[in-house]
Amino acid sequence: MANSENKQVINAGIVGWGAYIPMYRLPTREIARVWGWPEHQYKALNVSHKSVDGPDEDSTTMGYEAAYNALLRSGIDPKMIGAVFFGSESKVYAVKPSATLIAEMIGATPDTMASDLEFACRAGSEGLKASLGLVSSGMVKYALAIGSDTSQAEPGDVLEFTASSGAAAFIVGPRSESAAIVEDTYTYVTDTPDFWRRAEKPYPRHGEGFTGEPAYFTHIIGAVKGLFEKTGLRPEDFDYAIFHQPNGKFPLKVAQRLGFPKEKVLPGLVTPYIGNTYNASALLGLARVLDQAKPGQRILLAPFGSGAGSDAYSIVVTDLVEERQDKAPKVDDYLARSYEIDYALYAKFRRIYVMLPRG
Amino acid sequence: MVLPVWWRKRIPRYRFVGALCKDCGRIHYPPRNACPYCGSRNLELVPLPRRGVLESYSIVYSVPGDNRLNAPLPIGLIRLENGVRVVAELTDVVPEKLENGIEVEAVIRRIGEDGETGTILYGVKFRPALGRK
Ligand SMILES: [Zn+2]
Repeated sequence: MANSENKQVINAGIVGWGAYIPMYRLPTREIARVWGWPEHQYKALNVSHKSVDGPDEDSTTMGYEAAYNALLRSGIDPKMIGAVFFGSESKVYAVKPSATLIAEMIGATPDTMASDLEFACRAGSEGLKASLGLVSSGMVKYALAIGSDTSQAEPGDVLEFTASSGAAAFIVGPRSESAAIVEDTYTYVTDTPDFWRRAEKPYPRHGEGFTGEPAYFTHIIGAVKGLFEKTGLRPEDFDYAIFHQPNGKFPLKVAQRLGFPKEKVLPGLVTPYIGNTYNASALLGLARVLDQAKPGQRILLAPFGSGAGSDAYSIVVTDLVEERQDKAPKVDDYLARSYEIDYALYAKFRRIYVMLPRG
Repeated sequence: MVLPVWWRKRIPRYRFVGALCKDCGRIHYPPRNACPYCGSRNLELVPLPRRGVLESYSIVYSVPGDNRLNAPLPIGLIRLENGVRVVAELTDVVPEKLENGIEVEAVIRRIGEDGETGTILYGVKFRPALGRK
């Protein structure tokens, strides 16, 4: 395989990690009730509930809380953050960066880079990889990578069963301060029409026949196999495998095809409880694994974004992980904080109903 | 026009910073130019503790205008861990579980927006505290 990525030591790792999941949960059976879907049409998605952002939440507030938790775990001064990357496909402004908002909220301004990134569900991962490059090269000491989404789905579309809300954030810093070091990465992208949203349209569309095999499976398998070839690592070298999780079945299927047993996937699989949080999807899985990982364990991470691309990372947990695990709320704390709502409240929170024009 | 006023006050609202009166020693939030207790203008910005106890609350059911989606809207009187009292909107409240004495913590939420085409305003609200510090 031709290789555009140099094999070199990455002098950077994850110093702190943080998660956020809103508390409202809409059961998928409630969506099925409203649209009249029989059970066999959606049960195979393996998603029981999806998380819904409250009326005063958005991708900025959720990304902020995840970043705040990552800061708590890192113990660093936010002034030392030299880059803030915000990956989302539900930015609150079409034009005006969210990265500057969050940078200002956490106290990283004004001496910092701040960029919003876009690549469907993979923008947060691009931010993570760019952060590793900036820190490893010595250009900045710390960088913050955030993935956050309040995903859109057209009412009645199959995407509505899974499109949910959540955020994850990582402080990337020097290898010596890291709770988990990144050994190597490999990225695989092509032009694939599996999912898109045109400018000024409220909901995305998906290209039937493109979503599974040519998009999700081809790109994740391409990235992971590329990483294996570059590093000589094999599935048995890893303790955990975390994949992008658009539903509860694809990650288990791709794991099986790559040779990972189910037990290595389940700790980082959150979609069955909260749905697909898009840019936070695989990254929330990584946060949940870091919440419980032991020093010396190796993690495979493979986020995916439509359009399409996947990054594979090999991550090794260090001795510093345990002292940081309890310094901020864990993914399981947010999973436990849940309040079930019906479709009417969901429609209100998500502004799905049509307001009467103002008189 | 709300924009310049909000922009100037954004740091206290984003980072939950209050003002300490260097003459009477009391702290207030949101920071004002003069101490509401003694009128002094000798003030210093100080970060506030993010946790506190809900001492009292009131619920607004008929919420006007753009904020209607937040109805029912609970407003709380919160005693912070350092004894300072603040009045703020409560969020993520399960109506059955709202009662005086619960532990609450500061979070950042959308406070409002300057119409459909204007900027979005963010600031501190309080929610029932998560299990850990
Ligand atoms: Zn005073």
